[in-house]
Amino acid sequence: MDSNYGSKRLVVGAHYGLRDWLSQRVTALLMALYTLALIVQLLAGPKLGYLRWSAIFSQQWMRLATFVVIVALAVHAWVGMRDIWMDYIKPVWLRLALHLATIVWLLGCTGWALQVLWRL
Amino acid sequence: MADERRPRPVYRNIHVSQIVAYRLPPAGIVSILHRVSGALMFVLLPLVVWLLDVSLTSEVSYERFASAFIAGVGFVPAFLLKLVVLALIWAYLHHLIAGVRHLWMDLSHRAVGLQQGRISALVALGVSLVLTVVLGARLFGLY
Repeated sequence: MDSNYGSKRLVVGAHYGLRDWLSQRVTALLMALYTLALIVQLLAGPKLGYLRWSAIFSQQWMRLATFVVIVALAVHAWVGMRDIWMDYIKPVWLRLALHLATIVWLLGCTGWALQVLWRL
Repeated sequence: MADERRPRPVYRNIHVSQIVAYRLPPAGIVSILHRVSGALMFVLLPLVVWLLDVSLTSEVSYERFASAFIAGVGFVPAFLLKLVVLALIWAYLHHLIAGVRHLWMDLSHRAVGLQQGRISALVALGVSLVLTVVLGARLFGLY
């Protein structure tokens, strides 16, 4: 940090390229594993109705897994949507507005989903 | 010989109007559809959370969830809801399979070869479409 000024100033971002790349992969892996776990539970067992459906999500480990995946989805979607806005939207004010709208959209959906989960 | 050939089209900055004429290899199609499917799911995220909400909250709300696909919900007729959910199913499958392909390409040098990349792209397109048809047929009550 000491030499991060003058001619030695770091001008190529804040490592968020790697951080975004990695967080997108890690969250993707979590969601893929979760999908697999859900499919296995859906296929095993009798005809699906409310009781069995809600019982799947009521198990403590599924509650934790669902919580983690809801957060992972928000992070994943943020990285992806940010990439899309950066690629196609050039005016800075519009890009900023869309970034803000994306964050509000994702936070809203995350909060709602967690509310559903907490109620179980 | 080469001089008599029709000149190949040159694209500098691709304009939206040129995209249609721009022929993509299978890997390119998978790539742009990965983006399209992701954006689609982002836009439809509230619908997914709503489906989660009504299907999980109570037995009464579960009935509303089930009847939405039979009698429709609010001003949305059932077939329109089914069409949108079908689009979501395709988007999820394509995004998941193209994503697994991506992770595989991160891990394996062999996977990023020209031939391997072409084959895995065609497999990703095909598998997601076939699974969409299978699940879509179930959604529309064909079996």
